[in-house]
Amino acid sequence: MSEVLHVEGLRIEARGAPILDGIALSLQKGKVLGLIGESGAGKSTLGLAAIGYLKAGCAVTAGTVRLLGQDLGQQSPEALRALRRQRISYVAQSAAAAFNPFWRLERQVTELAVTPDRRALARDLFARLHLPEPEVFGRRYPHQVSGGQLQRAMIAMALANRPELVVFDEPTTALDVTTQVEVLAQIRQVVAEQGCAALYITHDLAVVAQMADDILVLRHGRMVEQGAVRQIVEAPRTEYARALVAHRSGSAPPEAAESAPLLAAVGLELGYGRKVIVQEVSLAVPRGQVLAIVGESGSGKTTVARALAGLIAPRTGSVRLEGRALAPLVEGRSAEDRRRLQFIHQLPDVALNPRHPLREIIGRPLTLFHGLSGAAFQTRLAALMADVELPVALLDRVPGALSGGQKQRVCIARALAAEPDLLICDEITSALDPLVEDGILALLQRLMQSRSLGIVFITHNLGLTRRFAHRVAVMERGRIVEEGATGTVFEAPAQPYTRRLLAAAPQMRAGWLTEAIGSLRPE
Amino acid sequence: MTRATLSAVLLAVLVLVALTAPWIAPHPPSSVVTGAFADPSAQAWLGGDSIGRDLFSRTLFGLRHTLGIALAVTVGAALLGITLALVAAIRRGWLDMVLGRLVDTLMAVPQIIFALMVLAVLGVSLPTLIGTMIVLETTLFFRVLRPAAGDVAAMDYLEVARLRGEGLAWTLRREVLPVLMPTVLAEIGIRFAFAALFISSLSFLGAGIQPPDADLGGLVRENALAITVGKLAPLVPAFVIALIAIAVNGVVDGFVRRHAIRPELLP
Repeated sequence: MSEVLHVEGLRIEARGAPILDGIALSLQKGKVLGLIGESGAGKSTLGLAAIGYLKAGCAVTAGTVRLLGQDLGQQSPEALRALRRQRISYVAQSAAAAFNPFWRLERQVTELAVTPDRRALARDLFARLHLPEPEVFGRRYPHQVSGGQLQRAMIAMALANRPELVVFDEPTTALDVTTQVEVLAQIRQVVAEQGCAALYITHDLAVVAQMADDILVLRHGRMVEQGAVRQIVEAPRTEYARALVAHRSGSAPPEAAESAPLLAAVGLELGYGRKVIVQEVSLAVPRGQVLAIVGESGSGKTTVARALAGLIAPRTGSVRLEGRALAPLVEGRSAEDRRRLQFIHQLPDVALNPRHPLREIIGRPLTLFHGLSGAAFQTRLAALMADVELPVALLDRVPGALSGGQKQRVCIARALAAEPDLLICDEITSALDPLVEDGILALLQRLMQSRSLGIVFITHNLGLTRRFAHRVAVMERGRIVEEGATGTVFEAPAQPYTRRLLAAAPQMRAGWLTEAIGSLRPE
Repeated sequence: MTRATLSAVLLAVLVLVALTAPWIAPHPPSSVVTGAFADPSAQAWLGGDSIGRDLFSRTLFGLRHTLGIALAVTVGAALLGITLALVAAIRRGWLDMVLGRLVDTLMAVPQIIFALMVLAVLGVSLPTLIGTMIVLETTLFFRVLRPAAGDVAAMDYLEVARLRGEGLAWTLRREVLPVLMPTVLAEIGIRFAFAALFISSLSFLGAGIQPPDADLGGLVRENALAITVGKLAPLVPAFVIALIAIAVNGVVDGFVRRHAIRPELLP
């Protein structure tokens, strides 16, 4: 067995601050090494360093990266280019952003191919990645294929020259769970067929547990733990790795007694223009409970949330607050109704005005809905910051100075400032790291109990749903296909679609991927 | 000293001179004090103009006219153009459509020709001159700020404001305008320089400030003939026009540069 990649004492700095420090690893032919860590841990920087590339402003200040025995730091730009063309390749996170919309797929996939018969090569690659109609698939443009297909086309591109090392940088993060399973299985298969080495970067421990032989856990640019997959998953040595493993476990909240619904939707039909997106959706949330609406992208779950908030008007049906029908659009609702229903967006980066200090962001609902000013205003502001566990000193900062998790806490504080009865949360943790997500969920749980809030939680994350929601509604193509207590739905799903979703949610145990593929592929 | 500071100092000097022209000019702008196109002398520092008036004094007053009109036009057009652009971006619908097409139509005709036509019909007076220029400059403010405001309007924080029930005026003033401020300020600077050039061009063509008063463009026109006999007279006001353009551009450039490296301040 020969060594493909050898990294020793690697330190990469940007503007004097270390991004990576003291990295040492060795990767043998035919092996897959998983790199895992939260955002900012330096995973992508390390992945790029393995192909001899540094982002603008970064510099290697110590250590070496050896690829097939050659020190990448000593190579001329021409030699590096030749290496990248033939012996190493890289699969980026967003295939949609990596393809040029102007050219057909075949041309882009085989652009760097050394073999003269490009058509045959493309056909062979597409067939191996189980793309539909491999004969003609390459004639399509990037916008004519689905996200999962495009991601597979990028993997085909990476394999075109039979490279000896492939770096996968979160190749399935942007995909739906059922699509993800397919792509994961195919990556594993082609890597095994080619016998190449691979670096697999992800923030999802369950995914890496299926894909890799070994795992390297990174945090703040340093190596936390390195070892075989089973050892890390079953007996992590460090506290951080233990926390990552624990993130996925946890039990469902107890089933609460039936009570009168706080918010109910009755027979909603929703759409934009002539297009109908959601049909016959009815649901109810009592106080002190979480209703999760789960489904894949395009299932209409966010559209339902927007209709509840009054951002789009239902074609038919109504939204009721304690039995009283609300005006279809927020403009028609009273200030009191607007106060009682608060909406939290998915991406705090665009939900917070970059020019406003936190004092203004969180303070506005206090003055608008409660007419607070002076000392009462300041006291309430400080109490809200304490509620979402942020230091009061941040009040005079703008959102740009905060981390992603802190920004989402600010959004929650702003919603709480209105003293709502119901929170509508639209995928509010999907852009956050696992441990940050745990913090936000614990916060919501505590607030829900102390204020007996009702919560509508839109998500595609089934693991989160199981731990957090009392009831769950599963949406597929604009309809609710199954609804019930979380425990019941997860233990004994009645609908095939629910079963497929559950089967596709990544698990850490060995052999899960093979089973999942078996149960998802039509007999 | 950086280029931006230098430009700012230059602009400040020009504005100060324009403001104090009646007090620092050695002669009244309309009195004949020397011979036609006379060479510089102790009596007339930059020599005489086409009929023997003091070129230095006339240039000071010309600067006053040019900067005054450019300022009035820029302020008027900025208020109108920015307001319309922001309202159109938030409200969308037919208002956005009508304003957008109207601006396209106005922009399809070359500015100077449009202004000459309007002034020929309405007659040249200070209010019509400023009014016409405001309308034309408004289209340019609208064209730059409508897309920029559209980007801000798509942000979720505007949806949050909508859910809270904020009014249009509050939303524009508190949520949209602060984010667009770098663009707005840069645009105001650029448009000010162009307004100064615009009024100079109109006066050069005879449709601007009417004799015996003259702005910088008018001065170039009055003295244009002297260039054929090798006199400096028309170059003096032309040089001051160039100074205005350079100073304003330098200031705007410095401003944009400073904000470009602080991306958190941009939308």
